[in-house]
Amino acid sequence: MGLSEPQGPGAPSSAEIAGVSPNFITTKLDFLANWARSNSLWPMPFGTACCAIEFMATAASRFDISRFGMERMSFSPRQADVLICAGRLPFKLAPIIRRIWDQMPQPKWCISMGACASSGGIFDTYTMVQGIDTIVPVDVYVPGCPPRPEGLMYGIMLLQKKIKGETLADPTLRQERLVDDRGFFIPPETIDELSEPFGNSVHQTRSA
Amino acid sequence: MSGGVGGVGGVSGVSPTSPTSPTSPTSLTAQFGSAILRTAVSCGDQIVWVARERAHDILAWLRDTPGQQYDYLTDLTAVDYRDPERPLEVVYQLRSLQLGHQLRVKIPLEKSEPLEVASVYDLWKGADWLEREVWDMFGVHFKGHPDLRRILMWETYAEGYPLRKDFPLRGHFSRAEQTRQALAANPEAHYSLEELSIAEAYDELPEDVKRRMAKGERGFVE
Repeated sequence: MGLSEPQGPGAPSSAEIAGVSPNFITTKLDFLANWARSNSLWPMPFGTACCAIEFMATAASRFDISRFGMERMSFSPRQADVLICAGRLPFKLAPIIRRIWDQMPQPKWCISMGACASSGGIFDTYTMVQGIDTIVPVDVYVPGCPPRPEGLMYGIMLLQKKIKGETLADPTLRQERLVDDRGFFIPPETIDELSEPFGNSVHQTRSA
Repeated sequence: MSGGVGGVGGVSGVSPTSPTSPTSPTSLTAQFGSAILRTAVSCGDQIVWVARERAHDILAWLRDTPGQQYDYLTDLTAVDYRDPERPLEVVYQLRSLQLGHQLRVKIPLEKSEPLEVASVYDLWKGADWLEREVWDMFGVHFKGHPDLRRILMWETYAEGYPLRKDFPLRGHFSRAEQTRQALAANPEAHYSLEELSIAEAYDELPEDVKRRMAKGERGFVE
């Protein structure tokens, strides 16, 4: 298939990265802020399908994600830190999850839970978004169909690890860069390239 | 659909596998003549093919005639067969709750002609969303339907009718174009007050709800 090189305004230039220097104050402040943030992630559950059942199991007493500081399910995006998309996303819901993402205040993160949310999964059809990263930027992808609660918890721990590596000396940290004024995070050509048919679905072409 | 005519509900005197139905093909043919195109019994179910022009009369007769009394529309759907020559069929599955029998009525629609049948919303109110779904998925126009709009796909959907056999599985547009349209969509447009049928009751709503709705919190009022 041959994917194109990541480029364009989304990638930070080397000059941007070289122009900052962490010091004693910023690193200690980073440590404190990241420790607090990573241990108080309030999830905004966006459950659309069977993954939401596993998400509920993860949130319930046996697996209990409140151990990770996710005590409170934030059903309002305004009080949420991490958007968890659990399940397949149809095109009809795409503008809604985008609206929810835009309503969440920074700092915010996104977990794509399950095969369908991450790639469209088995639903390579006319209704289904082929990976929610074409709609909102995603931090952690959790594979599985659906992932077991252990899988989601591993994803949450990976996100915590990612947050602990953040530094406020990075000027590109909270920047969301659209590639054009139509709201794309990923260039349209790349979306077409990534959603090329594969596996059993290669015989179901547009000309059929 | 196993069990046969009158099997469910345990009506005495009717064998579950017997195709006997008060709606015998002969009585229908006697009443409507050549409008009854064909009849068949499949797995104990009586099936009747009727002409499009008389379909509404026949369905009304089936609902209102004593002894028929098909007062319940179980399902209304359509079938597009793989054979492109074969007509598309609109299917009505009728049931009489009082007498416990059922009947399947099919209207064949030639694809060379406009796909249009008379709405049965005036006979069975439950046909409302079923006809909208058939319109959405197959593009069959129901004449006389009070509110024929897409129901599953969004109203600005421009790629066609997904359950037709000539519709490609991924849709006609590229993924990038589909994503662009999704990003450009207005989420409020999907969930208007009209959709929730609250707009009709607007005058009786409490003051605070009215105030919230006037601001467009849940959509827009035209």
